[in-house]
Amino acid sequence: MTLEIIGISVLWLFLFLYVIVASIDFGAGFFNAYSAFSDKQHILTGIIQRYLSPVWEVTNVFFVFFFVGIIGFFPQTAFYYGTTLLVPASIALILLAVRGSYYAFATYGAKINHRGYIYMYGLSGLLLPAALSPVLAISEGGFMRLEGGQPSLDYWALFTSPLMWSIVVLSIAAVLYISAVFLTWYAWKAGDEKATQLVRKYALIWAGPTIITATGIIFELRGHNPEHYANLLDMWWMFALSFLLFLGTVFLIWKKRNYGLAFILLVGQFFTAFFAYGASHYPYLLYPHLTIYDSFTNESMAIALIIAFIAGLGLLLPSLYLLFRLFLFDKDYVKGKSDYHA
Amino acid sequence: MGFEDVALQSRILTLMTLSFHIIYATIGVGVPLMIMIAQWVGIRKNDEHYILLARRWARGFVITVAVGVVTGTAIGLQLSLLWPNFMQMAGNVIALPLFMEVFAFFFEAIFLGIYLYTWDRFEDQRKHFLLLIPVALGAAASSVFITIVNSFMNAPQGFDVLNGELVNVSPLLAMFSPAVPTKVAHVLSTAFMTSAFILASIAAFRLLRGSNHIYHKKALFLTMKLALVFSVATAIIGDFSGKYLAEYQPEKLAAAEWHFETGSEAELVLFGVLDGEEPKYAIRIPYALSILAHGVPSGEVIGLNDFPQDEIPPLWIHYLFDTMVTLGMWLAFFSFVFVVGAWRGWSIITKRWFRWLTVLSGPLAMLAIQAGWWFTEVGRQPWILRGYMKTSEGATTSGQVDLMIVMFAGLYVILGIGTVVVLSRMYKRNPVEKELAQRESAKGGEES
Repeated sequence: MTLEIIGISVLWLFLFLYVIVASIDFGAGFFNAYSAFSDKQHILTGIIQRYLSPVWEVTNVFFVFFFVGIIGFFPQTAFYYGTTLLVPASIALILLAVRGSYYAFATYGAKINHRGYIYMYGLSGLLLPAALSPVLAISEGGFMRLEGGQPSLDYWALFTSPLMWSIVVLSIAAVLYISAVFLTWYAWKAGDEKATQLVRKYALIWAGPTIITATGIIFELRGHNPEHYANLLDMWWMFALSFLLFLGTVFLIWKKRNYGLAFILLVGQFFTAFFAYGASHYPYLLYPHLTIYDSFTNESMAIALIIAFIAGLGLLLPSLYLLFRLFLFDKDYVKGKSDYHA
Repeated sequence: MGFEDVALQSRILTLMTLSFHIIYATIGVGVPLMIMIAQWVGIRKNDEHYILLARRWARGFVITVAVGVVTGTAIGLQLSLLWPNFMQMAGNVIALPLFMEVFAFFFEAIFLGIYLYTWDRFEDQRKHFLLLIPVALGAAASSVFITIVNSFMNAPQGFDVLNGELVNVSPLLAMFSPAVPTKVAHVLSTAFMTSAFILASIAAFRLLRGSNHIYHKKALFLTMKLALVFSVATAIIGDFSGKYLAEYQPEKLAAAEWHFETGSEAELVLFGVLDGEEPKYAIRIPYALSILAHGVPSGEVIGLNDFPQDEIPPLWIHYLFDTMVTLGMWLAFFSFVFVVGAWRGWSIITKRWFRWLTVLSGPLAMLAIQAGWWFTEVGRQPWILRGYMKTSEGATTSGQVDLMIVMFAGLYVILGIGTVVVLSRMYKRNPVEKELAQRESAKGGEES
């Protein structure tokens, strides 16, 4: 295993973790807004706020970790992606600000529960995956030009690309699906029958669109990037495994049993698909300009980063365990029996 | 649009984001220590007031942290969006502390979540207090790592350039550049000092607004004592920073002091206007610059005329430097008068005008922070990486930076107003008298 592979695997793993925890966060905000819109707010708000308020900052760090880490391991990505992503990334930052300020101002602070704010917060949960996921389309190549040695984004090609739009639709569907499955489990643990039924319904609704768009993207890649498509087909067994895990989740949710296991299977489904996709993308960070080898940092920095990562992980894992024990696995807290907020 | 223009736009957006972020970052680094001290004093003295002080500070703190997370994420990403060429180069040498900063903040965020949601959850108050230590450590470590990156930009080392390629990179050597000791110490002590003054401002404001509760008096005395300690520390570290500059970035010190001709027994010039090379209407302190630079009046201070014209920073940083130093001196003096006055029972410190001066001290400290960062950043110009890369070479070539300036300006205005409105509304709705009465009756209920 080369240093390059270790670096990209670590980053990909953290990106995967961000996809999962952020999906829960984004989707929950949307469901919250939707139930406010249809006057069912009392059913979900308590559940959502009890889980999200203590952990959203931790969720955000996974994102920061990814973009700081990729500059560390692959500094050349700053040149290509930094130059071209100014607008979409800035929009994503504004949307993240909407979410962060909602937590700051509406849930911690003076409890401003203005409807407009709740809707904006909910909507940002859908717009964020839509703003971030085009990066995946850009990485497939064909949307970036080099003019006088400087990269620039071809917006026209990007916005007329079916591949880009399929990725956007998938990201939104997946956000809602992941979030609904998690919340089904969380509401069930909280002993809230009504909320469980409501989010269970959402989970079943969004399962279909998720798997259909995911399959669609594979076929669109055939036309857009044949090389990547061929590599994807070599990984067919990973995707088959992912699909079986998907069926397992839907089956359990449908049969109203083992919600915890259903969520674990879902994580497995996304894990296999995400890593199969990542492995088939190898060695490119950006077709055809950038591979993990020609953009890699020097050896001493790579080793220093890996050592720092291991040390950091030694500090983080016990802390995360404590956080989850207190807020995710503590029965009284989940059920809302104890309120110890400052 | 010209190349220069985009670089200037990138500078403006970075300046805006950093100036806004540093407000929250300073509070984020300094206030956890204040909460810790208040809670510790409360536990030691078994005084409900200090415990409640810690708790109410924590409630406000979490709001500033949440906004700080947003602005911090913004600057983190903007570094790569606005300065891709710089980050591509710097990433090779100074990525390590940036990476470690993420871990430090990760650590802080986890424990802050736990700390906030576990008030009264433990039988033993001291257990809850322990949760605050990682918060304060994480916050301080974050600022240390980021300041290390900034130090590297001022005094880069730990690599060689061979035919335009970076070779012999040593991440650890790059981390511990000569700028680190004074910069890190200065950032930490000013964060503690400013946070103490801000909290003192709030207490003084409550006392002025009719509440004469002992709670606010305890808060005011505690924070002013801490403010004095850190003001003195800041002044001492500031002196060392002068010596660092004289040794490693003499052009910055010379520009700050309008010192053109190299020579010993140099005088310190405060304010004034520049006429050619001659400062006019300025306050001049003989030998002070030589003492600041080398500790002795005979110390030789290098002047601006020894540098190429295109490598000296803009001379208006003189005013930034003077603003920072003057405010720092005033705040040290003011907190000294307050603390001595409180000990000796001087009536002056309870006068209304003195209280108003106390209210002013928090904003003044924050102004000094702004002046200090502007000074160090503008004072490094024209370099983004001193001696290696000019700022204009590091900037993006994207044509949409101007639009982003407008967008982010709007965002910061909204976030700033939101913070003030939410904080003031939160404390107004739940004044300390009400909360104390509630806690009293809750306790009475338990006992009967």
